[in-house]
Amino acid sequence: MKMNVNVAVIGGGPAGLAAALECRKNGIDNILVIERDKQLGGILNQCIHPGFGLHVFGEELTGPEYAQRYIDMLSDTDIKTLTDTMVLSLTPQKVIRAVNTSLGVVEIHSKAVILAMGCRERTRGMLRIPGTRPAGIYTAGTAQRLVNIEGLMPGKNTVILGSGDIGLIMARRMTLEGAKVSGVYEIMPKSGGLKRNIVQCLNDFGIPLHLSKTAVEIHGRERIEGITVAAVDENLSPIKGTEEYVECDTLLLSVGLIPENELSRGAGILIDPKTKGPVCESGFETSVPGIFACGNVYKVYDLVDNVTKDSVLAGRYAAEYIRSKSE
Amino acid sequence: MQTTNVTCVICPKGCNIEVDHENRDGKEVVLAVRNNKCPRGYKYASAEVVNPERVLTSTVRLEGGTYPRLSVKSEYPVPKTSLFDCMREIRTVSVTSPVKMGDIIIENVAGTGVNIVATHNG
Amino acid sequence: MKNNQFDFAVIGAGVSGAWIAYELSKYTAKTCLIEKENDVAMGATKANSAIIHAGYDPVPGTLMAKLNIRGNELVRKLCKKMDIPFRQIGSLVIALTEEDEAKIRELYERGLQNGVDGLRILNKTETLSLEPNLSPEVRGALFAETAGVCSSFEMSCAPAEVAENNGVELIRNFKVENIRINGEYTVLVSSSGQTVSARTVINAAGVHADEIAKLFGDDSFIITPRKGEYSILDNNCGDLVHHVIFQPPVKFGKGILVSQTVDGNIIVGPTAENIDDKENKATTFEGQLTAFEGARRSVPSVSERDVITSFTGIRPIGGKGDFIIGFSDFNNRLFNVAGIESPGLTAGPAIGEYVVEKIAESGFEFVAKENFDNNRKVIRFKDLSDDEKNKIIAQNPLYGRVICRCETVTEGEIADSVTRGAGARDMDGVKRRVRAGMGRCQGGFCGPRVMEIIARELDIPMSEVTKFGGASRMTEKEMI
Repeated sequence: MKMNVNVAVIGGGPAGLAAALECRKNGIDNILVIERDKQLGGILNQCIHPGFGLHVFGEELTGPEYAQRYIDMLSDTDIKTLTDTMVLSLTPQKVIRAVNTSLGVVEIHSKAVILAMGCRERTRGMLRIPGTRPAGIYTAGTAQRLVNIEGLMPGKNTVILGSGDIGLIMARRMTLEGAKVSGVYEIMPKSGGLKRNIVQCLNDFGIPLHLSKTAVEIHGRERIEGITVAAVDENLSPIKGTEEYVECDTLLLSVGLIPENELSRGAGILIDPKTKGPVCESGFETSVPGIFACGNVYKVYDLVDNVTKDSVLAGRYAAEYIRSKSE
Repeated sequence: MQTTNVTCVICPKGCNIEVDHENRDGKEVVLAVRNNKCPRGYKYASAEVVNPERVLTSTVRLEGGTYPRLSVKSEYPVPKTSLFDCMREIRTVSVTSPVKMGDIIIENVAGTGVNIVATHNG
Repeated sequence: MKNNQFDFAVIGAGVSGAWIAYELSKYTAKTCLIEKENDVAMGATKANSAIIHAGYDPVPGTLMAKLNIRGNELVRKLCKKMDIPFRQIGSLVIALTEEDEAKIRELYERGLQNGVDGLRILNKTETLSLEPNLSPEVRGALFAETAGVCSSFEMSCAPAEVAENNGVELIRNFKVENIRINGEYTVLVSSSGQTVSARTVINAAGVHADEIAKLFGDDSFIITPRKGEYSILDNNCGDLVHHVIFQPPVKFGKGILVSQTVDGNIIVGPTAENIDDKENKATTFEGQLTAFEGARRSVPSVSERDVITSFTGIRPIGGKGDFIIGFSDFNNRLFNVAGIESPGLTAGPAIGEYVVEKIAESGFEFVAKENFDNNRKVIRFKDLSDDEKNKIIAQNPLYGRVICRCETVTEGEIADSVTRGAGARDMDGVKRRVRAGMGRCQGGFCGPRVMEIIARELDIPMSEVTKFGGASRMTEKEMI
């Protein structure tokens, strides 16, 4: 099957939705949003905690509510969506190949493309923590999905490595669901998470935050049984003699996010080795003309409100691009 | 008189607000609030000293939906001390699709006077 | 177990056991394949370099040499037939010093004696033009055309599957702890008290082969576990090298290699350290350091920063300088297949053949089955053309839903990996068979969805899904 559209937005999370809506507002029609999940909203659907929307809506919303506002706005337009659909490839000529269960492989020719695929979490493998490879080690976001979407608890006695926001949020969530969270270990001398999350998610529940400490070994054959933590020096190297054993049956990793640019690379888009996002000279346009990037695929944001603001701009620039091409 | 430092959690700025307060007949009374950058901060910091409250979010079992859980929240903040009582009640609840965002899932959760509402369509 | 009396019980469903079971499934004899873990390929088979060796390494005249050469030939034939991922990318043993140059000439001579085809000594220019990222110190290399890389998991999943489809009974989670004699049968007793009886027991228990032999009164060999640490790099680095890059062999094995994997990632390793604990699969700071320092001697630009996962394999070292294959001198009910260290993976199919040949020589009359079928086809969505993709999606829409985004693996393929012969029973089993969770996000996104599919296909609650059987549960039993 073949489709021709003016704008194809890859990713139906907050970035993609805001960019698509803004394109439409700027007079562009025949817009398509492609989402891999069964529902629009992206990662917001599992971010059930409050704290979203203060800047954009002037009120405090949960993730699903914030997403729903955009989903509702979108359904009032003629923007088309394909959910449960995975983009397989993107070419510099802006041809997208996507696949789903009902249409099979779809070839989408688009005048402009907006990349809004989001990011992924850094894993244990990337941290190269030595030790065994038992069950019970999750990235915080995966644990969040298990708890909030599937209703499954990863474990009862949790240690969190890294003090990124998702880890802090999960510390509270696991505690509220009856698990013990014995501590958060952060290799840096200060937390990478928002201050309010430290207060609301850790201090409220008496969960200790250990700074300048990291995991140096994982123990347990089948299920994780504990980790060895150690203090680190100014070069972030573990200090011999400071090792302590911490018992746990679950280890959550909240050690950073990486923009997901595999499709972008396939399209020959230049990637900034530092941000791991596309190099955008101006107006969120990547090194391939007519391909724009917004949200966490462009750079990792702290706040969804800022994702929305930037994505609106990306949508506007994409609309301008199309108008300039049709003139 | 006592001065308490409160880290504001209303927005990501995380202001360090100072609250002067004293106990009068078993009740905390706010005398002064400093270093807040907005009225919401004033309100939050005062409440934090007198009666700390939190918006509680969680999920309930959902039958017949796309996913087995439906996200919910307390419509208004509930006393921090009642969070676990609220959770106990939330855990007993199961709803059946379709549910609309904003639908009341539990009325007056754990006697707090606050309703638990859906935060998602399910 | 339907009827627990067998002609042959093969203990250990690693690459040796699986190919022995495969070979036995060609005949009417009743065979079972016993595995102590929840899945096949859980020992040395799952954690090694996955190299199909050309055969210039083993000492001429050894069983190792013979089965390596025959194995290489069979692998190249059977991988096609049985749809086992294999790429004949060729290998280079590089020489960085004058001493190395002498060593590779020696290997070349050895290879000729062993009957290896397609061996060539390359000079510096030729070597660097084949592999521009090699160290500028490189002085030349031994090129072996018939070497390649495979999926070491499928090198045992596939024969186990064909064996099961042809009547071999695969018995999982059966750890042989004791034996009893019952007339012409030997009764194998598991740690949980289950029993299986067989006339002949084939001991392919990998690092535990000496313990099994001891149960039969055979203490003629000791298996020393040798630990090897590896790292896998992101497939963005896939162009770093295009062949298997060895350094000349050292005392403890073939040294540290850098190679493309069959899937286009880069593998670095192994270290080599004899240890006491046969189940110690922990990775270490020191091991990873050694692996990368060693690898950088060959390919200076290899970087730890690109690691997506690290693992440790345990190689069973027999200490005899050769494979130990044959009837036990202590007990004629026992047939040992032990000390299957490198090039055991390559030799696998040849080991199967050889075992059956030896058992036949002892007087057992094998009767060939008429309907033996070793055709095997695996749908790998990623590799299909658009037309083929559309065709299979029309047949089964689940092939249209991509679950693992890093490796482009569909729901249909994951379901297949569970339902097919000798199928996956857990997360690692799925990962090994179809690569869901093997990519750069390491299952971060697809993990919960794979759990869902396994639960559905096995008809168990999601909360009972494990990472690799036993107590390796993924979540708490109770739903929230």
